Formats: sequence, C-alpha cells, structure tokens
Amino acid sequence: MTMPLRLQAAILSLALLAVGLLAWEAAVPRQTLATELTELELLMGMGAQRAGVPPPSAVFERAVTMLSDPFYVRGPNDKGIGVQLAYSIWRVLAGYGLAALIALPLGFLIGMSPLAYRALDPFIQVLRPISPLAWMPLALFIIRDSQASAIFVIFICSIWPMLINTAFGVAGVRKDWLNVARTHELGALRTAFTVILPAAAPTIITGMRISIGIAWLVIVAAEMLVGGTGIGYFVWNEWNNLDLTSVIFAILVIGVVGMALDAFFGAVQRAVSFSE
Amino acid sequence: MSKSFLSVEGLAKRFPAPKGGKPLTVFEHVNFTVEKGEFVCIIGHSGCGKSTILNVLAGLDEASEGAVIMGGREVKGPSLDRGVVFQNYSLLPWLSALKNVTFAVRARHPDWRREKVTAHAYRHLEMVGISDGAEHRKPSQLSGGMRQRVSIARAFATQPELLLLDEPFGALDALTRGVIQDELLKVWGETHQTVFMITHDVDEAIYLADRILLMTNGPFAQVAESVEISLPRPRSRDAIVEDPRYYRIRNHLVHFLARRSKEMSGERRREPGARPTTVRFDAEGEPPAGGPRLYAVND
Ligand SMILES: Nc1ncnc2c1ncn2[C@@H]1O[C@H](COP(=O)(O)OP(=O)(O)OP(=O)(O)O)[C@@H](O)[C@H]1O
Ligand SMILES: [Mg+2]
Repeated sequence: MTMPLRLQAAILSLALLAVGLLAWEAAVPRQTLATELTELELLMGMGAQRAGVPPPSAVFERAVTMLSDPFYVRGPNDKGIGVQLAYSIWRVLAGYGLAALIALPLGFLIGMSPLAYRALDPFIQVLRPISPLAWMPLALFIIRDSQASAIFVIFICSIWPMLINTAFGVAGVRKDWLNVARTHELGALRTAFTVILPAAAPTIITGMRISIGIAWLVIVAAEMLVGGTGIGYFVWNEWNNLDLTSVIFAILVIGVVGMALDAFFGAVQRAVSFSE
Repeated sequence: MSKSFLSVEGLAKRFPAPKGGKPLTVFEHVNFTVEKGEFVCIIGHSGCGKSTILNVLAGLDEASEGAVIMGGREVKGPSLDRGVVFQNYSLLPWLSALKNVTFAVRARHPDWRREKVTAHAYRHLEMVGISDGAEHRKPSQLSGGMRQRVSIARAFATQPELLLLDEPFGALDALTRGVIQDELLKVWGETHQTVFMITHDVDEAIYLADRILLMTNGPFAQVAESVEISLPRPRSRDAIVEDPRYYRIRNHLVHFLARRSKEMSGERRREPGARPTTVRFDAEGEPPAGGPRLYAVND
C-alpha cells in the first residue's frame, strides 16, 4: 500500500475528472442542445431560452471534429481552431518579444544604477496598475490597425513584471559575487553576462513567467475587442452563434495552451535556478 | 622600509556620524609592512577593523586616510595580483567547483586554450584534494570544508602575488581545519606567494605564520605589535608544542587579546607614524627583544 505520492495524486485527479464529467453529463438534458435547434427556432429567438449547456460528450465530439481539421480557412468567419490559435500565439509572442527586448536591458540598467531606478520608478508605478485593455482605444486611435493594437496591448501588459523582476534581480545580486567579479578584473560587460545575469536569472525568469501568463489572459479579451482573428475572437463569434459547445471547447484549448506556455517557462526556471 | 613588498602607510577608516551620534574612527595610524613570500596573520577582537583592512588591501574598500603600496605602486581598486579568499567562500553557486576555478583562470589568462585552462584548474583542485567527481558538483552539494578548499584553489589558481584570506577556516570543525591548514601551507610552500590572513585562532596563527600582527580594540584601533614566529619550518603540530618558545608566544598572544588589547586601545595612544613594536622570542628563555615585557596569562 505504499504507492508513490505522484501516482496517488494522478489517480485522484482522474477520479475527480470522471466524477465531474459524469455529474455534468447527467445534469444536462439532451434535447436542449443549441446545435440541435432548427434555423427557424433560432431565428424566432427560442434558442435563447432553450439552449442549455452542452454535455461533455458533445464537447468531446466537437473537439474530435475540430482537431481533425484544425487549419482550414473558409472565409473570414470560418477558420479552423488551429489557425485561430496560431493568430493568438503569434500576437502574444510578438508583443511579448518586444516587451522582453525593452524590459530586460532597461531592467538591467535600473537594477545597476540607483539613479536610473529613482528616475524611472514614478513612471513605472503609475503605468503598471493600468489595465492593459484601457490602452486599447488609444492604441487603436494612434496605431490605426487592430492587429498592431492587439500586439501593443500584449506588449504593455507583459513589460511590467519583466521590467520589475529584472531590476529587482539585478539589484539584489549578492555583493560577494560582484566582489568576485571585481577581484578578477572582469569588465562591465563580462560581469553582466557571467555574474549578474546568472545570479539574477531565476528572478528574471519568474518575471517572464508571470508576464507570459498575463499576456495569455489579456490576448483573449483583446481579441474579443478588436475582432477578426484569434482564439478570443473565436470564442466571441461562437457565442454570437450561440454555439456553446465550441465556446466550451475553445475555453479548454485556451487553458491547455496557457498551461503549456507556463510549463515552458517553468522548465526554463528550473534550468537556471541554483541553490546556495 | 620602502623596499618592502607591501607597505601600509597611515591607514585610517572613519565613518561619518549617524544622526545624533558621533563620527566613528574604526582604526587609524595603521602602519605595517609585509615582505615577499611572508606568511602574516592578523589577530584582534571582533569589530576592530581587520576585514576592513583586508578589503582595503584587496582594493575592494577605500580607506579614509593613508595608502597601500604594493610592489612600488599604490593599490587602487581590485586586481588579479591580489587574490581574496572570502570568509563565506563566495563561490558562484550556479557553477560547479571546476567551473568556479576555470572562471578565475580564464580571467587571469584570457589567451589560454580551453584545455589548458581546464588542466590548470584541475591541478589546483587536486592540490587541495578536490577530485574524483567532486569537482563537477555545485557548491551547494559540497561540504563547508570542500567549499573552502575550492575557494582556496580558485585564489591560488590565478597565481596572485598576494593572497588575502579573511578568517578562511572560521566555519570549519577542528579536524577539517587542520587538514586545510596543512594544504594551505603546502600550496604556499610550492608557490612562494605572500599571504595575509585574518584569524581568531591563536594556535592557528602560530602554526601558520611567520609573523603575527596584533590589533588593539576599536574604536581607534591600531596595529600595536608584530610578533615574529621563529619556529622552524616545516612545522608539525606535535613538534611545535615541544618548542620552549611555543607557550611563551602563545601566552603573549592570549594575554594581549585578554587584557592589553583593551588597555592599549583608545584615542591618540600612539604617534601617527608609529610602527608596530617587534616582539621576538628567542630559543632560550631570554626576554623578548624590543617588546615591553613578557606577560603571563594570569598576570
Ligand atoms: N557602513 C558602516 N558604517 C559604520 N560603521 C561601520 C560600517 N561598516 C563597518 N563599520 C564598523 O567597522 C568596524 C570594523 O568592521 P570589520 O568588519 O572590519 O571588523 P572585523 O575586525 O573584521 O570584525 P570580525 O572579527 O567580527 O570580522 C566595525 O566596528 C563596524 O561597526
Ligand atoms: Mg571580519
């Protein structure tokens, strides 16, 4: 009876999943599926009252059909889930990459220079708590491109945790380690790359991990606003179609992709972490 | 005097007054010299400024007054010519023991090929007994004694002219301490480097040093005496205690720490340019030359 804890946990997880799915399935009356309504019923608005939450079996069936052909494009409002996901991921990576490009060097500067820290701190403190979506109208007006505006919103929301953690990590590098660099006559650049960067890496990666999580949260909302493409738009579009089965499937997909992004940074974090 | 390898002239460290307090002079009028190849220990009570002096010698800290001259040039900032073994080892925890040493070797010899750097690092790790796979472990996976050895290997591997050690064995048990002391002596004997070391342990100082500098208590601490340890080398622990000088030296040191370091402390006790008084114990019960007089511990 001494099963490893991991195995016990896995069995318990599966059991919980099974119980949850069964309860869900049992709670949903079959005949009220929105997908089974006729065109006429929908037009008459009957779907709005009668459409219920689909059972997991329907979601599963939908998942199979959607995943069997994820990359089709049949007009602007009919694209495979893979295509929509690719749009979202591309936007997140673009905005996030730009943010990293600015946040990491700037964070280094702030962390190493008390002057830069004091000068930039008020800006950071004011800009950081702004909801990224509040930037949307301004972005749309200035950039005049919905695609680029979505990327901008990702940029602005993912820059802060990276910037702050980088500055914090760099400023917190132990004096002893900097003294090691000094007694070995390392130049500024070599000190930055061989001592400060590895020492601050765990903190920096933590910031990057928080950022990617926020970016993935925000992209769904941003795409609902700007429309056109992306998994957020897909959810909104299917909701307007009253296709709750697709909405639920899309929600699951969003969760899984978010988990994958987080797992990636979790792995990087483990790779750069060290114990003293 | 000016020909000395290392010469410390009128060193002082003062801190400005905190709010509502008085300014603090940790030490002042610190003058001493170290000859090339010499092994010098410095002893004094906690807080008298030993680490500060060592950091000034290393170029990591700046004195408020005075200068340090090494090899005819004033010390300004850290240099690879002065290797430091920090009290808390200061190994880079994300690098293996070997990488910690190659890090230093590469800094010293940027033009060396990778194999040469690795071989050089291996040789110094072997000198301190880190081998058989231990060199690939991270500092957190090594015992305190092993970390200290790596740290010593790192310092010796850069072949500095002056090696500065800040209580290097403070955190080690007596047995490990003894082993690493012997390793330090061995490496020092092979390389003919100059060593300046802080310790709290009187017996350790006598076993290792050619000369022991005694500091009075702070504030206004000074280097009051320079005790020459004329015990013949190579020394062995059981042989030196048989030497008649051993307990006389030991008594002198213990008495200094127990009483005179306090009696001699205080503002303006010595002239600005005063050198530490040289105390020497000759083989046959003569009074110490130059020293005031020999105190017994229970004096
Ligand atoms: N920033 C500072 N401001 C004021 N006083 C300081 C500061 N830094 C150090 N000191 C004082 O300098 C004195 C010397 O410190 P130092 O670390 O050199 O002592 P030490 O002789 O090495 O002691 P220990 O044996 O405990 O290591 C201490 O009394 C400490 O209070
Ligand atoms: Mg100290």
